[in-house]
Amino acid sequence: MAIMDYANPTRFLGLAGRVLPWLAALTAAVLLVALWLAFQAPADYQQGETVKIMYIHVPFAWLAMAGYTALAVSALGILVWRHPLADVAHKAMAPIGAVFAFLCLLTGSLWGRPMWGTYWVWDARLTSMLVLLLLYLGLLALRSAIEDAGQAGRAAAVLTLVGFVNVPIVKFSVDWWNTLHQPASVFRMGGPTIDPSLLWPLLLSAVGFTLLMVTLHLAAMRNEILRRRLRALEARAAAEAAFA
Amino acid sequence: MLGDHASFIVAAYAGSAVVLLGLVLWIAVDGRLLRRSLDEMEARGVRRRSDSRGGRP
Repeated sequence: MAIMDYANPTRFLGLAGRVLPWLAALTAAVLLVALWLAFQAPADYQQGETVKIMYIHVPFAWLAMAGYTALAVSALGILVWRHPLADVAHKAMAPIGAVFAFLCLLTGSLWGRPMWGTYWVWDARLTSMLVLLLLYLGLLALRSAIEDAGQAGRAAAVLTLVGFVNVPIVKFSVDWWNTLHQPASVFRMGGPTIDPSLLWPLLLSAVGFTLLMVTLHLAAMRNEILRRRLRALEARAAAEAAFA
Repeated sequence: MLGDHASFIVAAYAGSAVVLLGLVLWIAVDGRLLRRSLDEMEARGVRRRSDSRGGRP
């Protein structure tokens, strides 16, 4: 069966039902090992033990941007291919991405206070990440403000694509402007600048949280399909009652 | 063990755990409620058109 065949909501439900328990177990296992390794890793020579916050803060930041990129791909699916599953994927990802963006800001703030002496500074990286969170919240608000589901999906897709310009700004803000936030130290030309003893737990943590995001997204997509089926059944029951 | 700034590290991990557990619970409970509502509809005899025609659920 071709991968595109799973773009059928009924087939997707079957696939999600089979995959989700395994994915959830794998997520839990990888996260447990990653967090154990993070707490075994040595302290940073400058930051001391506060570097432990990196193992959650950095994956949250990557996934907040990855989640928005997934929203942009879904938005293309809504506007160009008009596929119902693209709208389901878009609607399901928005609250999950918002949570990851919020956690990135929360953990960054708790890391910033002991290292920079402040919880918040209006530098380009922090401000663009806050804009990303506001974009996620804006998408949630927009969907709930428009009653017609199709219209809400198309409006949210347009806002997603307009807001996608912020993703490269978040990524390159530390290169384009003079920021208090440190420059990229993993995905950069010339390779990572982090010592392998800290890098490997970080990468495994990123894999674990990525699995968590995928698991939650699949479960939320399944819920959204069931919600649409329920609405259709309620409408059918109401119509039958009216003509009875 | 976690140095002078242990409270910040603990707050970051605990806060993240609480928020993520909340998200997991919200999605799990939402799914359970939706399935229950769909089962109730089915018990009342309301089915999708594809089911009425003998199609797959």
